[in-house]
Amino acid sequence: MSTPTPPQPPARPRLGVFKFASCDGCQLTLLDCEDELLGIAAELEVAHFLEASSEAAPGPYDLVLVEGSVSTPEHVERIRRIRADARHLVTIGACATAGGVQALRNYADVEGYLATVYARPDYIETLATSTPVSAHVPVDFELRGCPIDRGQLVEVITAFLAGRKPAIPNHSVCFACKRRGNVCVTVAHGTPCLGPVTHAGCGALCPTYGRGCYGCFGPAGTTNLPALVPLMQRDGMSEEDIGRFLHTFNVTAFTAVEEQGQPGVTDDEGSG
Amino acid sequence: MSDPTPRYQELRIPSLARVEGETALHLRIHDGTVTEARLKIYEPPRFFEAFLRGRAHTEPPDLTSRICGICPVAYQMSACRAIEDACGVVVDGQLAALRRLLYCGEWIESQTLHIHMLHAPDFLGEDDVIGLSRSHPEHVKRGLRLKQTGNAVVELLGGRAIHPVNVRVGGFHRAPTRAELRLLEERLRTALDDAWDTVRWVAGFEFPDAECDADLLALAEEDTYAIESGLPTVLPYDETLPPYSFPLRDFTDRVAEEQVSHSTALHSRLDGRRHLTGSLARWAVSGHLLSPLALEAAREAGLGDPLSRAGVGRAEVCRNPYRSILVRAVEVLYAVEEALRIIAEYERPASPYVEVPARAGIGHGATEAPRGLLYHRYAFDGGGRVTDARIVPPTAQNQGAIEEDLRRLVQAGLDRGEGSEAELTRLCERAVRNHDPCISCSAHFLELDIERTH
Ligand code: SF4
Ligand code: SF4
Repeated sequence: MSTPTPPQPPARPRLGVFKFASCDGCQLTLLDCEDELLGIAAELEVAHFLEASSEAAPGPYDLVLVEGSVSTPEHVERIRRIRADARHLVTIGACATAGGVQALRNYADVEGYLATVYARPDYIETLATSTPVSAHVPVDFELRGCPIDRGQLVEVITAFLAGRKPAIPNHSVCFACKRRGNVCVTVAHGTPCLGPVTHAGCGALCPTYGRGCYGCFGPAGTTNLPALVPLMQRDGMSEEDIGRFLHTFNVTAFTAVEEQGQPGVTDDEGSG
Repeated sequence: MSDPTPRYQELRIPSLARVEGETALHLRIHDGTVTEARLKIYEPPRFFEAFLRGRAHTEPPDLTSRICGICPVAYQMSACRAIEDACGVVVDGQLAALRRLLYCGEWIESQTLHIHMLHAPDFLGEDDVIGLSRSHPEHVKRGLRLKQTGNAVVELLGGRAIHPVNVRVGGFHRAPTRAELRLLEERLRTALDDAWDTVRWVAGFEFPDAECDADLLALAEEDTYAIESGLPTVLPYDETLPPYSFPLRDFTDRVAEEQVSHSTALHSRLDGRRHLTGSLARWAVSGHLLSPLALEAAREAGLGDPLSRAGVGRAEVCRNPYRSILVRAVEVLYAVEEALRIIAEYERPASPYVEVPARAGIGHGATEAPRGLLYHRYAFDGGGRVTDARIVPPTAQNQGAIEEDLRRLVQAGLDRGEGSEAELTRLCERAVRNHDPCISCSAHFLELDIERTH
C-alpha cells in the first residue's frame, strides 16, 4: 500500500502547531496553503499539529506556531511548557496576539457570562480574562489577523527557513486599499472604515467588497485614532457604535491605542 | 486480571488528532463491560451568546463566524436567517441563490478537507495527509485541488475563505458580476471530475460493520436537497415511529440541551431521544432529492437508491458511521453541480442586499453546516439590540450519539480481545472522526482516561 519513504535530509527543522482558545481558523489557514503545503512539509518536519496529524512528537521544536488566547489556568501552564520547548515562537492570529474576540470578557462580568451560557457555572474552569501569548511568555514574532493571511503566513515560514526577519509591513490598510485602486468608501459613500488605523495584511478586503474595514488585523504600527473618530461621527455613528466597532476582534489592542495612543501588542519587529 | 480491588487507571493519549478542536475521552470499564463512554469536551468556555448581548442586529454574522474557522459560512448563514426572521424579511431570488452558492463552496472545501486530510488516513493506515501524500499522491493532489476550488468559490463571493467579509444581513455587500462568476466555471468542471473520482476512491475503502442507533435529524425542503434552509425533520430509529417535522420556532423545546459535569459542551436530546445530525441524516431525509448525477454516484458507491424506497422505507438509510465518508463524497459532487447550475442561471441582482430594518422580536434560523444542523435564535429590543442569543451547534447535538457509538465500539473491541490502550485509542479515534465533530472551542490535549474496575 505504501511506497518506501524517500531518504530525508537529516536535519529538517521541526514544526509544532499548538492551539489555545480559538476557532481553528488560523491553523486552517496553514492547511489552506494547498499550493505550498507539500513544499512546506518537505522543508519542515511536522512534529506536532493535532488538527492535521495523529503524529504528536515531543519537543524541542525549532518553529512553534501558536493559535488562540490564554483563557484557563491550564493554558497558563501549558504555554510556559511550550515556550520552553520552542526555539522560535510565532503567534498566529488575533486570539494569540491580542486575546482575540474572546477578550471581550476582559471588560465584562465573567461570572454573569457563565450564568448566561451555563446552567451550572461551577462546573466550568476559566480565567476572567483572555490574554495574548505575549502576556505570559516571550514571543519572537506576532502575525496578526482574524484570520491570518495565507500569503503572510507563507512569508513568516519562508523567512524562518531563510533565517531572516519576515517582511510584514506595519502600515495601515489604507496603503493596501490605495494600491488596489479602490474607491475610498469613506470619502465616496460616507461608510465608516477602520482602514486608516488597522494593520495591513488582508489586502484591503472589506473596502474592495464595498464595506468599511472592521479592524480584524488590529491596530497598525502608528495610528491616529483621535483623527478618525470625528469622521465616524460625521458618518452617523454614535459614541457607542464606535465603541463596538473598535471592540470586537482585537478589543485589547484597540483599547490600548485608545488609552495610550499605541498598539498594545509587542511586535515592532514586524515592520519590514 | 483477577485483582479484586477496584483499580483506577488513567491514560494520557497525546491526541485525538484530526478533528477540529481537541477533546478527551473517559471510559469506565467494569469487569470487561464498558459502563460509560464520555466525550470530555472541556473547551474553555467562549461566551459567544453573552458577547452578542447589546450588539446591533447587523453584527451577529461577523461575530458568530468566529465560533468556527472550518464552517464560518454556516454560522453566518444561520445568523442571517434568524435575524431576518425576527425582522420579517425574506431573502429570495438571486440573492438566495448566491447564498446557496457560497454555502456550496463551504461544503466543497470543508467536506473535502474532512475526507482527504482527516478521515481517509484512517482507512489507509496513515497518520496524516503528509503520509497519505507519499503513499497516495494522486489522491491527495486531487483532494487539494478540489478543496482549492471550494475555497475559490467562498473567496470570490466572500472575499476570503475563512471568515468571509462580504456576507451581511439581507444579502451581500457586493454581488458578483456574471463575468466574475463565470471565471469559476472551468475550475468547477474539473472539480466535477475530481469529485466523481473521489467518490470512486472512497467507495473502495474497507468499512467495518457498525450501526448508529440514533434518530436522524436534518432540514428538509420540498424540492431540493436542503442546505441553507428547511424544516427540521426527524427519521426515528424506531421504525414503528413515522418520520415527522416540526416548526423551527419549536427547536429548543424539542432539542433540549442540558449541561453535564464532564463537558463544557451542552448535551442535547431530541424529544427525549438520542439523535444525530450531519451527512448521514441529510442523506436519510433528503437523499431522494439529490441530482441524477449525484444519485448515480451514490449508487455506484454502494449507498443504494433512495428513489427505490418503499413508502418511507428505511432500506436505503445508511446508519454506518464509517460510511459517512461516502455520503460526504456524494455531497461534494452534488455541491459542485449545484454551484455550476447556480452560476449558469445567475443574473446580477439590482441591489446586493434587501433592507432589513431593525424591530423588536424573536427570530429563528437553521442551516445545514457540513457537520449538521446549526440553529440560531435571537431576541431583539425595539432598537435592534440583541437581548438574548441561543446557538445550538451540530456537535453538541451529536455528542450523545457519538458517545453511544464509542461505548458499543469499545465493547466490541474488548469482546474481540482488543483491550490494549493503543488498540482502544485507535478504535475510539476512528469512531470520533467518523462523525467529523467540530469541537472548535476546545483547547486541551486529547486524553483517553480508562477507568477499569474488576
Ligand atoms: S484569530 Fe480569528 S481566525 Fe484566528 S483563531 Fe482567533 S478567532 Fe479564529
Ligand atoms: S476605504 Fe477605508 S481602507 Fe480604503 S482608503 Fe478609504 S478609509 Fe482607507
